[in-house]
Amino acid sequence: MASKPLWTYEAHTLHDLFCEGAVSAEEIVTSHLARIRAVDASVGAFLYVDEAGAVAEARRQDQWSAAERRERPLSGVPVAVKDNIVTQGMPTTAGSKILGEFVSPYDATVVVKLKQAGAVIIGKTNLDEFAMGSSTEHSALAETRNPWDLSRVPGGSSGGSAAAVAAQLVPLALGSDTGGSIRQPSSYCGIVGMKPTYGRVSRYGLIAFASSLDQIGPMARSIRDARLLYHVIQGADRHDSTALSSAGDRTVSGGPWRIGVPREYFGEGMDAGVRRLTEAALERLRGMGHALVEISLPHTSYAIATYYLIAPAEASSNLSRFDGVRYGMRAEGRDLLTMYEKTRDEGFGAEVKRRILLGTHALSAGYYDAYYLTAQKVRTLIRQDFDKAFQEVDFIVTPTTPDVAFRRGERDDDPIKMYLGDVYTVTANLAGIPGLSMPAGVADGLPVGLQWLAPGLADTALFDAAATLEPQMEPMVWPMGVEA
Amino acid sequence: MSQYQVIIGLEVHVELKTATKLFCGCSAAFGGDPNTHTCPVCLGMPGVLPVINQEAIRLAVRSALALNCTVRAVSKFDRKQYFYPDLPKAYQISQYDQPLGEYGWVTIRGADDAAKKIGVRRVHVEEDAGKLNHLGQRLGDATGSLVDLNRAGVPLIEIVSEPDLRSAEEARLYLTELRAVLSYLDVSDLRMEEGSMRCDANVSLRPEGFAGSLEDLPRVEIKNVNSIRNVQRGIEYEVIRQTELLAAGERIVKETRGFDDATGKTYSQRSKEEANDYRYFPEPDLPPLVLDPQWIADMKRGLPALPDAIRADLVGRGIPEKDAEVLVLDREAYEYWREATALFQDERLVTNWMLSDLSRLINARGESFANSGVRPEGLVELLGLIQAGTLSGRMAKEVLEAMFESGQTASQVVKDKGLSQITDAGAIQSIVDQVLHDNPAVVQDFLSGKEKALAFMVGQVMKQTRGQAKPDLVNQLLRDSIQKNYAASQD
Ligand SMILES: [Zn+2]
Repeated sequence: MASKPLWTYEAHTLHDLFCEGAVSAEEIVTSHLARIRAVDASVGAFLYVDEAGAVAEARRQDQWSAAERRERPLSGVPVAVKDNIVTQGMPTTAGSKILGEFVSPYDATVVVKLKQAGAVIIGKTNLDEFAMGSSTEHSALAETRNPWDLSRVPGGSSGGSAAAVAAQLVPLALGSDTGGSIRQPSSYCGIVGMKPTYGRVSRYGLIAFASSLDQIGPMARSIRDARLLYHVIQGADRHDSTALSSAGDRTVSGGPWRIGVPREYFGEGMDAGVRRLTEAALERLRGMGHALVEISLPHTSYAIATYYLIAPAEASSNLSRFDGVRYGMRAEGRDLLTMYEKTRDEGFGAEVKRRILLGTHALSAGYYDAYYLTAQKVRTLIRQDFDKAFQEVDFIVTPTTPDVAFRRGERDDDPIKMYLGDVYTVTANLAGIPGLSMPAGVADGLPVGLQWLAPGLADTALFDAAATLEPQMEPMVWPMGVEA
Repeated sequence: MSQYQVIIGLEVHVELKTATKLFCGCSAAFGGDPNTHTCPVCLGMPGVLPVINQEAIRLAVRSALALNCTVRAVSKFDRKQYFYPDLPKAYQISQYDQPLGEYGWVTIRGADDAAKKIGVRRVHVEEDAGKLNHLGQRLGDATGSLVDLNRAGVPLIEIVSEPDLRSAEEARLYLTELRAVLSYLDVSDLRMEEGSMRCDANVSLRPEGFAGSLEDLPRVEIKNVNSIRNVQRGIEYEVIRQTELLAAGERIVKETRGFDDATGKTYSQRSKEEANDYRYFPEPDLPPLVLDPQWIADMKRGLPALPDAIRADLVGRGIPEKDAEVLVLDREAYEYWREATALFQDERLVTNWMLSDLSRLINARGESFANSGVRPEGLVELLGLIQAGTLSGRMAKEVLEAMFESGQTASQVVKDKGLSQITDAGAIQSIVDQVLHDNPAVVQDFLSGKEKALAFMVGQVMKQTRGQAKPDLVNQLLRDSIQKNYAASQD
């Protein structure tokens, strides 16, 4: 029997212990449930915890033979799912009131894959409403706090998943990343989060925010665990025409590598601690024998504007289905139009409405060419920036965010400032390439994230590369005393 | 008073005959209890994604090629956005600026028989919407509406003509020809009453001397008319209405109008000035549709014979143009004809029987050539009996009717009813003798040159043989007997 509580273990260790028969799945699950009960009242990572379902699944797995346990790479491992990923038998809210008591009639493909891999789905985590935000403060349903400092935000939009992993409520969680929504909260919470190449993970069952940018990805406390989860969820899907198998994956040589350092990512407005820890990490890479190459991604300055046209445009369309007709909440109105208007007015929060308006405008007759079409052209230029850069370098390394976790409420009245925080992450979504955030260390008690970017389809190579740096870094000391 | 030219363009929606819907695996069959042909995808549940049905693309390409369109090797899908309860995602996946097929045409032939090419601007693929069932008498006082999404996501092609049609009659000819072409492709049921083929007509009047773009003329769209006949009626009414408005110095309002079958009039539905901005943009959930040019070429080669070719073939075989037209426009009739003529040489005789007596009986019984109880081999057997002289034309009609009634073959009917034509001169001679003996005055009339008198006597003989005597033979026997027995005595 382990000496430390089971909730402190990483996923691969828990899985091994379970396969060896050293611990039961029920012990693993109840340990994590106890941790959630002790801590989540102050962290607020979960919107829904399926205690009964998780224990029942654990007991079922305890009947499995060692071989059956081994066959399933996540058997015995508790996993949390961001609540914009649909699950049968548990509510799915997308952090919005408009979905009401919605329970999906089907499982997202990633959830099906998790179940097939033996994962025990513990519950659903909080997020900015419809994944629109960078702090999880835009959830209409609950507040999530950063386990490192409860007065601060966990980042977003996958803030619930990031906080859950950092507070050791679960070893693994799924997030979704449209402009940085996995990497930024991973950075703020000191964990590993990875956004795959667009298409390498099925989006079927992910409540769409911006279809051409959204990707589901893994969040964990180590690169090894993140990679394990990635390998379970990745792959082609007959329900998603944009999903890709590993057949086209790119490999990168074992090194030493040429590592690109884009000068546009080290400009003004960067937090001093972030700069110091990023430069220290780069020095370590140099020390490992890799060449640091200064590169330019000249269209970076247009990325935020481009992103904030394309993403809202697609969102305005994707969110139209929440109309009160078939599911979710419905506000009564004297006629159809009033019903639509009242439902959407009462159901959506301010940030979602802001983006729907922005997106609707960008697609309107007379404005489409100037806004949406132009944004798509700039998107192509940004993609070409990366294509060019990756002819010169194997990977690109940058800070994940210009700052550390900010205080709750600090950016309520300043959406532009919040949008600008996405500056280092949105480019990977626009270019469709994989990005990974790993801890670079802790500055003044708050974690700082280091971002790795790789060419499209080099997802596995990206994990491999980041994994070589991980042992060179100071080990993370996870925040334990998160009880308020 | 100034003169106007009628400008008409038609938009035709055709439901493709696939087993499943355009973007999910649900049944695309017509009907079914409400919402039984549905799944998360076609219900527009959160998180769902479309996956294209390749069979729908095959049928759409086949249609576009048959309408002489150029098929794009790369086309894409777009979202057409508007809110309505029958549209679950609040957008329809359609094709906007890169349709599957373009630059096609349909040839029509008017009463003057001059061929006219009507341009087909585009053929694109899109999904159908669902259906609303309003509770109450009329929409205005409905107490509620129920949504049935069985039809939501059924594959459609939209076929948009150029504004090349100049009269309601041309519109009718175009739709008739379009339907005929599609009927030979096995792409759709083409049932306007079930909505598997629907038509919107754009009607405008061009003043004499107007040199601007047709797009600038105020256009009235007549929506969702449920038969070709009613499209024609709607356009006829609309032309008169607009002409009168202009004559009275009024302005034509760009609008959408419905057609009332009972009154034959169109009525205003909504003004286009307040119409939707559909905010089209490329569908990010579907990669571009890329078709192999070789496959497109193979599809073109694999097209069946189409109306133009069939028409030419029939006329070349000596079938009268009018009859050929009837056969071509009804694929079932044409296939019946093909089967029958494969078994029977006299194609004119087959055509005559099919388009007169057989047609009448089939229509009277609400059957069609495809499901009629009398199959081509049955008809051919009957025609064989006529040709062999066993049945007269009149008897054959009786036999055909009996074949419909009893489901028996022609020879069974003939045997059961003892209907076989009497071709034995000996058997008829005594009746001929009797008739001549009973009608001396008529015989005298004949001898004095009144040919009609003979017809009377033929009729008498036929009557006494219950129609079974062969008329030619009776005629001959009467002449011979008069010649022998009466003309001689006069000398
Ligand atoms: Zn369906």
